[in-house]
Amino acid sequence: MGRCAFQDPISENMTEVAAHTDGHDHGHHDHPSWLAHHFDDAEQQFDSGKLGMWLFLVTEILFFSGMFCAYVLYRNRNPEVFEFCSAFLNEKLGAINTGVLLFSSLTMAWAVRASQLKQHKLLVGMLGATLGCAAIFLGVKSVEYTHKWSLGLLPGRMYVAQMENGYHSDVDYLTPLCIAPAVLTVLFALYYVYSLVIASKFHQRVAGPLLVAGLCFFGGIYLGQFIEGGEHHGDSHGAHADAGHGEHASHDEEHAKEAGSETPAPAEASAASSDTGVALVSTSSGPLHDVAVDPKEAAIPNAEVNNQGMAGLFFSIYYCMTGVHAVHIIGGMLVISWLIVKAAREEFHSKYYGPVDNVGLYWHLVDFIWIYLFPLLYLIT
Amino acid sequence: MNFTFLADEAAGFWFPPAASTFAEQVDFLYMAILWISILFFVPIVIAMLYFMVKFRQRPGYKGSPEALHNTPLEITWTVVPTFIVVWIFWEGMIGYLDMARMPDDTVDVAVTAVKWNWAFKYKQNGAESTVLYLPVNKDIKLTMQSRDVLHSFFVPAFRAKRDVVPGRYHYMWFHPTKEGVYDLFCTEYCGDNHSTMITKVEVLSEEKYAAKLAELVKEPEDIVERGKWLYERKACKGCHYAGADGAKGPGPSYNGSWGKQVPLADGREVKFDENYVREAILNPGAAHRKGYETASAMPSYKGQLKDEQIDALIAFIQSLETAGAPAK
Amino acid sequence: MSAVTTPITAPTTTHDGATEHHYLNHSSGFLSWALTLDHKRIGMMYLAGILFAFFLGGVFALAIRIHLWNPNQDPDAAWLTNATYNRVFTLHGAIMVFLFIIPSIPAALGNFLLPIMLGTKDVAFPRLNLGSFYLWITGLIFFAYTLFSTQIDTGWTFYTPYSIEAKSAVEAATLGVFILGFSSIFTGLNFIVTINTMRPPGMSWFKMPLFLWALYATSIIQVLATPVLGITVLLLALERTFGIGIFDPSLNGDPVTFQHFFWFYSHPAVYIMILPAMGIISELMSVHSHKGIFGYRMIAYSSIAIALFGFLVWGHHMFTSGMADVTTIVFSALTFTVSIPSAIKVFNWLGTMYQGTVALNTPMIYALAFIFLFTIGGLTGLFLGALATDMHLHDTYFVVAHFHYVMMGGTLVAFLGGLFHWWPKMTGKMFNDPMGIVSAAIVFVGFNLTFLPQFVLGTRGMPRRYASYVPEFQSLHQLSTVGACILGFGLLVAGLVLLHSLFYGKKAPMNPWGGATLEWECSSPPPHDNFSHPPAVGDPYDFANVEYDGKTGGYYKKKK
Repeated sequence: MGRCAFQDPISENMTEVAAHTDGHDHGHHDHPSWLAHHFDDAEQQFDSGKLGMWLFLVTEILFFSGMFCAYVLYRNRNPEVFEFCSAFLNEKLGAINTGVLLFSSLTMAWAVRASQLKQHKLLVGMLGATLGCAAIFLGVKSVEYTHKWSLGLLPGRMYVAQMENGYHSDVDYLTPLCIAPAVLTVLFALYYVYSLVIASKFHQRVAGPLLVAGLCFFGGIYLGQFIEGGEHHGDSHGAHADAGHGEHASHDEEHAKEAGSETPAPAEASAASSDTGVALVSTSSGPLHDVAVDPKEAAIPNAEVNNQGMAGLFFSIYYCMTGVHAVHIIGGMLVISWLIVKAAREEFHSKYYGPVDNVGLYWHLVDFIWIYLFPLLYLIT
Repeated sequence: MNFTFLADEAAGFWFPPAASTFAEQVDFLYMAILWISILFFVPIVIAMLYFMVKFRQRPGYKGSPEALHNTPLEITWTVVPTFIVVWIFWEGMIGYLDMARMPDDTVDVAVTAVKWNWAFKYKQNGAESTVLYLPVNKDIKLTMQSRDVLHSFFVPAFRAKRDVVPGRYHYMWFHPTKEGVYDLFCTEYCGDNHSTMITKVEVLSEEKYAAKLAELVKEPEDIVERGKWLYERKACKGCHYAGADGAKGPGPSYNGSWGKQVPLADGREVKFDENYVREAILNPGAAHRKGYETASAMPSYKGQLKDEQIDALIAFIQSLETAGAPAK
Repeated sequence: MSAVTTPITAPTTTHDGATEHHYLNHSSGFLSWALTLDHKRIGMMYLAGILFAFFLGGVFALAIRIHLWNPNQDPDAAWLTNATYNRVFTLHGAIMVFLFIIPSIPAALGNFLLPIMLGTKDVAFPRLNLGSFYLWITGLIFFAYTLFSTQIDTGWTFYTPYSIEAKSAVEAATLGVFILGFSSIFTGLNFIVTINTMRPPGMSWFKMPLFLWALYATSIIQVLATPVLGITVLLLALERTFGIGIFDPSLNGDPVTFQHFFWFYSHPAVYIMILPAMGIISELMSVHSHKGIFGYRMIAYSSIAIALFGFLVWGHHMFTSGMADVTTIVFSALTFTVSIPSAIKVFNWLGTMYQGTVALNTPMIYALAFIFLFTIGGLTGLFLGALATDMHLHDTYFVVAHFHYVMMGGTLVAFLGGLFHWWPKMTGKMFNDPMGIVSAAIVFVGFNLTFLPQFVLGTRGMPRRYASYVPEFQSLHQLSTVGACILGFGLLVAGLVLLHSLFYGKKAPMNPWGGATLEWECSSPPPHDNFSHPPAVGDPYDFANVEYDGKTGGYYKKKK
């Protein structure tokens, strides 16, 4: 860690800082309010915070690395499972989320700059934009998750998907998931109205971004559902006609074809598939029928892959990785909200912007991890 | 306090009896490391005690604080141990490679570990046993699998150990050199009765081994006897006691239940009859008994037992009730 | 800092009538402790907490030894049922490892001493420090919950698949471990940042006391290894709640992967336990020999070397697990590399005594006991690192004896030595030195009697974690049990000596032993802000100017 403190170009800050630090010894009454009593000067405080955050990021990387190791091990062992399963992930949604997070990294970096330059309004705006992006991300993720749950694409022992059979749970998972965000959004809206009533600039600056973030979550939900193609609305599992599912199905079809032609249908394998009693052969008017292969043969790779120990394991890894990542997003949203409060109080300046900088680092890491997750999970084929 | 092990003339103070070709190698390395350790430890302690006395704080004495650094000395005590540990590593590796290198012409035994029993199946004639019988002076190859959790196969007299991992086969080999009966332990913690997952290895002369295998392969004719025979061999015995005293094992005891209503963990009550026993063997999770909620789970025997074997087990369990005072 | 603390209006008076402010009477009331940001108070709270955990773990240890007095081959006649015994040894291991040894030296002594030794007012992140303490308390609560529900019976290693199907409170225990892990991470992070950014002018890296080097190396391990444990136990908890299958062979998962994940943390964790102990011994040997440490740089480097090599040797816990032969051999080779820095340290400590002025008081006796016990612990590691012998000794009592010699004979004894050494600084009271030496002697005898027989037991094939055993092992087991009772008694004496000092101890001088590090330059106990003036930084092992003063019963530094 180099001791390269940020060189402040703005002279008014220089004088302000000088007023704080000039000619003082270590007595803590003389410290400015933003400098903790046990630090000698702003530089030491900033360096400590920065080093601490970098170390924390290292622990975060190692925390995720456990799951990346599991990913590598199991993908290495069963590459065909990962190919088969990744087709069930909607890469359009993944790509949108990647874009959203990348954009949020930009706004976060801008926020750091704004905090250094004492551009308080811009800072609140940028933090609000980051928060909004995070909410969109979570909204899209909610659609992805609930869509998979209703198809039975669940982790490990809970995996019940029988894709060709059109397994579809009619349980509505999305609505319960939206209750907490909805309540929060309503509260934020009330808070905003309250801030307008009492005409407090500070409260308006806090409530505004929060309300926008709440709405962004539902924007994300809408976006997700739009792209997922309305499959939640019940009528799709018989029809298979609409665009979203059609895309999925064509993936399956490709896999079935590939793997089917590779596997010369050994007797025991087909016996096993009939043994399991799961009708893995397409019985509906699904697109598999269009393929000119023996349906039984086509089903064999699915029989080997489409079970709790194979596809289930993939979805375990998928949910663990993206779930832990989502928890980090939520954690990031909490600290960004805290920053918004501080920013609305106009606390940051060129000598004290460590919190924004450090949260920014954290946010870039969360973004960075997603950049790895997206191709590793969504773009396998 | 009687030091029974000192009376065991087959073994010295340190080691259990040496009954395989590995023993010599392992014991040699062990003793070599022991002497190396003593060679380091004794001078360290002597120096420590000497310094304690010689340089102790006392009136009229003041130490000289000059000796803070001595490069040749420091290099010596870095380099010499380095060479020694390289030698130890090398010897250990050679011994390990011997254990890992499977010989060609072997007597094959399949080992199944299941809480908390060992079951052995001899490839030669398909005989099964719960005590491991081995011919002397032959290379033995074990193909080991676990039906539930981790176990570890350990015969101290052979100085041989290998974990048994569910979901894959592990192999090990050794070459018994001495006839006799030796302890076989499970050394990977496996639940409630881990410490009772012990049995014996009997190393026999070649003729006796052949005779034993011939004897083992015969299943008893009588259905109750056959049930008992299976009860002992299929790992039922480890958890479900069949004694007349109704001793409570990790699982429910067999006696005293036949024909009665028994409570299940989910609140139901079912009759302890043929159907219940069959269900409990094939699908233990669904027939979980009340009072055993915290016991280790029983693995399913689906595919492990043929129908007539299940019938025999049922007959055996039933006999415990009708006979009144069955043998443990 | 804390708004709720209320300064005492009438500070206590000492016998000479002078009023004295120190961190203990700086403010009073429950909240002044519960919400304190003062590293010294946090350290003292940790000390109380970990001693409680140690007592709990010790009770379980005695239960194990008493149960093993008999071979227990008839389960009906045994004192504990097999299931109970399994719970007892698991709780003993888990409590001792996660709640006692890992936080013992860094969190209690380290927290108290690190800022003072650095001449600073506090650690870099005091709030985070308090947070770590409360995470530790939360972990303790989770363990208390397991204790009062169905306990845990998986062994402290939580090996799958048994831990997946075990019908005991494994979820609560794993979440407890997860939380304790973060407590440990934040402590380590705090220490690294403090040492990096807050060293006073004049204290270069190689002017740092070796205890700080040891804490620094420890902190690196804590920060780098613990997250992997965190994700591992989290996955295990998910495995049990949702059946995700990553470690479950019935779902195609691999139990050996769990072992790799687990030991990737837990082997470095062994060095989290022993490195700070080595740091303490370096201080103790030097101060009580009144002579500079022999080969300062080698000791400092070897701490870092151990920390780094420690990351590469986790596989030696799995030599029989069925890794590929090449992997096994590489791990064995790497394992031996760790033995060298440890050996160097032992020789350096002996070199420190040479031509010194060795004061044989309680802390020094504990330090000497450490050298004896740790050397045995280290040398017996050679038997386990060598592959051929490990095939025989793996998972037997030999391993149990080995790691107790290192963890208990090493870390615990060093911890006690450090506790006696810094007790006057922490509490301002001198303890009864002869009785302290008696406690050290009893601990030493009891310890050897407990664990030396276990080496023989293990070599003769006695597997670990057995509630019952074949009768030929009985006499050695009984020796071990007798030893455990003596050891327990010795620890009780040590505890009573310290407790006695709190009420009847003489007032401690500023520098009772003649140390040259900065903690001896503030009063005992230290004032709230540690130093009224920033202390002058010199060589931490230069004893040339440290002179005894008969009036105070302590030492002082002559001004040059």
